[in-house]
Amino acid sequence: MPEPLVRLTAPALPFWADNIDTDIIIPSREMKGTGKTGLAAGLFANRRYRNPETREEDPDFPLNQPAYRAARIWLAGANVGCGSSREHAAWALAEQGFRAVIAPSFNPIFFGNCVRNGIVPVVLARELVEGLGSPVTVDLEAMTVTGADGRAHPFGLPAEARTMLMEGLDPIALTLKDGDAIAAWQQADRAARPWAWLA
Amino acid sequence: MAAAMPSLFETLWRTHEIRPGLVAIDRVMLHERTGAAALRALEAAGRRVVNPAHAFVVMDHIVDTRPGRTDGTLMPGGQAFITETRAAARAFGLTVFDVTDPDQGITHVISPELGIVLPGLTLVAPDSHTGTQGAFGALAWGIGSSEAEHALATGTLRVGKPGAMRVMVSGRLGPGVTPKDLALHLIATHGARGGEGMAVEFAGEAVTALDMEGRMTLCNMATEFGAFSALVAPDEVTFAWLAGRRHAPKGAMWEQALAHWRTLRSGPDAAFDREIAVDAAEVQPMVSWGTSPQHSVPLRAAVPTAAEAGLAPDTHARALAYMGLRPGQPLRGLPIDGAFIGSCTNSRLSDLRRAAAILKGRRIAPTVRKALVVPGSQAVKRAAEAEGLDRIFEAAGFAWRESGCSLCFFAGGESFGAGERVISSTNRNFESRQGPGTRTHIASPEVVAASAIAGVIASPAELA
Ligand code: SF4
Repeated sequence: MPEPLVRLTAPALPFWADNIDTDIIIPSREMKGTGKTGLAAGLFANRRYRNPETREEDPDFPLNQPAYRAARIWLAGANVGCGSSREHAAWALAEQGFRAVIAPSFNPIFFGNCVRNGIVPVVLARELVEGLGSPVTVDLEAMTVTGADGRAHPFGLPAEARTMLMEGLDPIALTLKDGDAIAAWQQADRAARPWAWLA
Repeated sequence: MAAAMPSLFETLWRTHEIRPGLVAIDRVMLHERTGAAALRALEAAGRRVVNPAHAFVVMDHIVDTRPGRTDGTLMPGGQAFITETRAAARAFGLTVFDVTDPDQGITHVISPELGIVLPGLTLVAPDSHTGTQGAFGALAWGIGSSEAEHALATGTLRVGKPGAMRVMVSGRLGPGVTPKDLALHLIATHGARGGEGMAVEFAGEAVTALDMEGRMTLCNMATEFGAFSALVAPDEVTFAWLAGRRHAPKGAMWEQALAHWRTLRSGPDAAFDREIAVDAAEVQPMVSWGTSPQHSVPLRAAVPTAAEAGLAPDTHARALAYMGLRPGQPLRGLPIDGAFIGSCTNSRLSDLRRAAAILKGRRIAPTVRKALVVPGSQAVKRAAEAEGLDRIFEAAGFAWRESGCSLCFFAGGESFGAGERVISSTNRNFESRQGPGTRTHIASPEVVAASAIAGVIASPAELA
């Protein structure tokens, strides 16, 4: 389960083409294990390395530059996380230490995967994203993002997502608290739609 | 006066909404690429699968599709995904469609074949193209792996309500124009984000005239329209298709289900958040030129300029550089190196029949280095073989494979080559989708077949 996150100040990686898909975040060939770990080295592999096989770094890629090596916030372009719904994209980011992605818009599946994996998805107007600089502060209490120039910009997040991120909650535990309501629905549904039940 | 009858989507949503933001899930499907991770995470947390009879596990994504396959994969390390998913699924008592199972196939192909998806159900899978199954009037959508854990452990999902959108397709598709072309036309016209956040209902004469396979192709491509999900209202075509399928209700239960299913349609004055009208007569055979399904034009057209394509110049330039094309270049006549017929978009029996009809008595051009046909399921494969389609494909120079996702995407093993131009019946022409550096043009199976013969992108009508 992710660590609770209330406020984070960290270097912010500027890598913001529009439509960065999950295959750019983690190419399928980098998804070697069956689990959620061992993915950090494959993050952005096709851009980060000159040769992904030998892991020879591309010095032009910002993550390989001293200012951004310790980045924990990613400044991205519109429709970030589009393409394949692989959750490995969020796992790889989380394992690398990323706790926030700031972009003009998100692919909805990727947005949800970020929240579930302790990464704050921040939707911010393009000009603001591009003007943030580094470091950046993401504050879930104040619901603001503050750029290197000290200017704070408000952002929104569904209440449940915010609670989960701030408390480091697992959504399954949260839902199982609603066990009675679920059981009641199921009982009524078995009567109304018996054909929908295989056992 | 009765209140306006809601949209089909609204009805499905209300039926399953336990409370706002919490929706009951009737079926969960997993595949070997992410199944082990989801199941093992459940196990590690000491959780159980709340209803194992409603969860199905399919080996489709990385399985080898060469004849005589085993658990071994061309993807390095892929075997572990298969064996670990199998072991975890068995430990939880889930139904597994295994590598050598006679019912194995691509999730979205076998689910309808086995009556796992039914009208009125909610169905989720950790796969982007799960909306394919909405062709049966089910609310089906792709989820992440953690959401799959959630659905398995609780029988529900926390999910924000999507908007309701209707794409009304009037008239009929012309001869030689397929549901794939309709989908590419829609995406090219309204953009790869045209359906974003929406449960998109396809309706109108051209849609109801489609058979189930055509409806599945259309719903499959709604993913490339950015849609949350896709729907076609179930009708007699749907019911006839499902009758007698393994997991479909039987006897009195079937009658009860039918009575329910016949109510599953949008009211005449149902409200939609967005509506689009398409004239089927305007749709032409399509092909993609760039690196998004949105980058598609009629087959007879040329590579568009950035302005013609409505794209930012840098996006356009990057796509063209990747594809090795210039604006103004005709698509027809572009030499191809490979051809692929398969995927959850176009790998069903009717797709194979239409492609085989074009290939019959012909041979692919010698310059086409690699041509594959991969049936969507073992059932499709058997049916095709019973009709002799496999012999037509093989005589034409196509390799006839075992069912699976295969070269729909590059899993790290088998691929088309870097810089190679491939005509493909799949749904995604993203950079490196079919192999590092491979240039994919997506089109209907018949255009793939015709192009393989011509050795250049070609329309079936042009073949001598
Ligand atoms: S056939 Fe292709 S699009 Fe369909 S599920 Fe498999 S990989 Fe995904």
